[in-house]
Amino acid sequence: MAVIPTLPRKYHAASIWALYVIGLCPAAWYFYEALTGRLGFNPVREFEHLLGTWGLRLILATLVITPLRDLVGINWMRYRRAVGLLAFYYVLLHFAVYLTLDLQLDFGAVGGDILRRPYITIGFAALVLLIPLAVTSNNWSIRKMSGAWNRLHKLIYLIAIGGLVHYLLSLKSITLEPFVYIVLTVVLLAYRIVRRPILDWKRGRRNARQSLSPRA
Amino acid sequence: MPAYRFPQPPASDITPQQVYLSRRSFIGGAAAAGMGLTLGAGEAFASPLTGTQSAYTVNEPLTPLKAVTTYNNFYEFGVNKGDPAENSGKFKPTPWTVKVDGMVGKPKEFALEDLLKMQLEDRTYRMRCVEGWSMVIPWIGLPLSAILDQVEPLGSAKYVSFETVVRPEEMPGQSGFFQPLAWPYVEGLRLDEARHPLTILALGLYGETLPNQNGAPVRLVVPWKYGFKGIKSIVKISLVEKQPETTWKNSNAREYGFYSNVNPAVDHPRWSQATEQRIGEGGLFGTKRVPTLPFNGYADQVASLYSGMDLRANY
Repeated sequence: MAVIPTLPRKYHAASIWALYVIGLCPAAWYFYEALTGRLGFNPVREFEHLLGTWGLRLILATLVITPLRDLVGINWMRYRRAVGLLAFYYVLLHFAVYLTLDLQLDFGAVGGDILRRPYITIGFAALVLLIPLAVTSNNWSIRKMSGAWNRLHKLIYLIAIGGLVHYLLSLKSITLEPFVYIVLTVVLLAYRIVRRPILDWKRGRRNARQSLSPRA
Repeated sequence: MPAYRFPQPPASDITPQQVYLSRRSFIGGAAAAGMGLTLGAGEAFASPLTGTQSAYTVNEPLTPLKAVTTYNNFYEFGVNKGDPAENSGKFKPTPWTVKVDGMVGKPKEFALEDLLKMQLEDRTYRMRCVEGWSMVIPWIGLPLSAILDQVEPLGSAKYVSFETVVRPEEMPGQSGFFQPLAWPYVEGLRLDEARHPLTILALGLYGETLPNQNGAPVRLVVPWKYGFKGIKSIVKISLVEKQPETTWKNSNAREYGFYSNVNPAVDHPRWSQATEQRIGEGGLFGTKRVPTLPFNGYADQVASLYSGMDLRANY
C-alpha cells in the first residue's frame, strides 16, 4: 500500500538526525541572507516573519503525519517528534528575534504588546502552550505519562489555531498565501473530527473483504 | 492663513545636485550590473528631472535610492515589499492624463507633459508608513494647490478625491481571485489639506522621473499623513462635497481613518505608533527605532488645520 519504498530500519535514527539538520537549514540560510543584506531593507522584520512562517508550516506538518498514515499508508510517525520540536525551535526563534532585534529588549513595549494587542497575545499564548509539549517530547515522559501524554499533546490543535490566527491578524489583507494556510489548517483539524468514522469504515470494509474471501 | 515657519537649512547643508546625481549614477550602475533585468524595465521611462530648491524640505540623511525603489507598498503590483519593483515592468506610465473634475469652474485634463512643464520643486520629506517604518525621500513635484487654482474649485467643494488607474493587464495585483483591495484605489483630503503648501503631486524622486513602483507617473505626497494617503499613479482628481469613501477606510474603518495624520499618541489597533524604524539604517543588528513625531514632525506647519478637533476620534 505504501507509495514510496520503506526505509530500512537501520537508517531510521540517521534519517531523524538528518531531518533536524535539514529542518534548521532555512533558519541558518535566512540568518546568512539577513547578515549579508539579501533580505531587503527591513531585514529584522523579514527574518522575524520568515521564522514565524516556518513555525506555522512545521506545526501544520506535525498534523499531516497521522492522515498520511491513515489514508495513504505512509508511516512517518518516527519523524513527528523532530518536526514538532523544529516547530517549537522556529517559534522560539521568531519570538527571540521579535524580543531582541525588533523591540530591542524594550520589555515595557513587549509587555504592552502581549497584554493589549490580541494577535500578539494569541501568538504568545501559542508559544507558551508549545513549551509543555516540547518538554514532554522525550521517551521517558511518554512512558511515564501514558494516557495523559496523549491528552496533553492534543494541545497542538489549539496551538495550530492560535498560530494561524496570530498570522492572519498580523496581515493587512488576506491574499492567496494566507488562504492556503487557512485551508490546510481547516482540513487537517477537520480530519480529526471525521477520523474515527473513516477508520471504522475502512476497518469494516477490510473485515467484510476478509469474511467474504474463502481462504482469508 | 497663518504664517508657516518652515525650517530653513543653511545652504552649506544642502547636498549639491551634482553630488547626489553622481552618487545616484554610481548606485544605478551597481544595481544595473547586479539586477539589470528587474530595474531595466522600470528605467525605460526614467529620465532626468530637476526642480528648483524649496524651503519646504527637511535636512536629514536620505534613505538610499535602492531602498526607496525596492521597499514599497503598492498593492496593485502585489502585497510584498519587493513586489512593486519586481512586477511593475509592464506598466506604461506614458502617455498619461490626469482628469480634474467635479465641483470646479473649469474642469481640465492635464497631460503629463503639461505637469512636467509646470514649476517643479525639490521637496525632501519624511515619509512615515502606517506599518511603523519611515524613509526620507527627495521628491520632485509641484504643489497640488497649483493644479487646484487652475480649475477654480466652487464654494460647495469641501473635499478632494483621488483615483488610481485600473489596468489589470499591467498591474498583477488587480487580477486573479485574491485581490487585496477593491479597485480603484481611492484617497481623499479635505480641501484645506489639499491646498496646504506641503501637499504636492510628485513627478520624480532622486533627480529622475518616478519609477513605476513608486507611483509613476504622478502621485500624491502628504508628508504629515501615513504613507497610504499618498495615492499613486493618479488618473482622476475630483472636487466633491462629501468626504470621499477611501480605500483603506472602507477595507477596515477601525484601523485606517480618513485623516490618518501621523500621531504617536494614537496606536493602530494592532501595533503601537509611538516609534518607527528608519529603512536602510542598521541592518540586522543595530536597527534603531526612533520616536515618531506628531504630524510626522510637521506639526508647526499643519497642526492649526486641526485646531479644536479630537484627533483620537478623527484618527
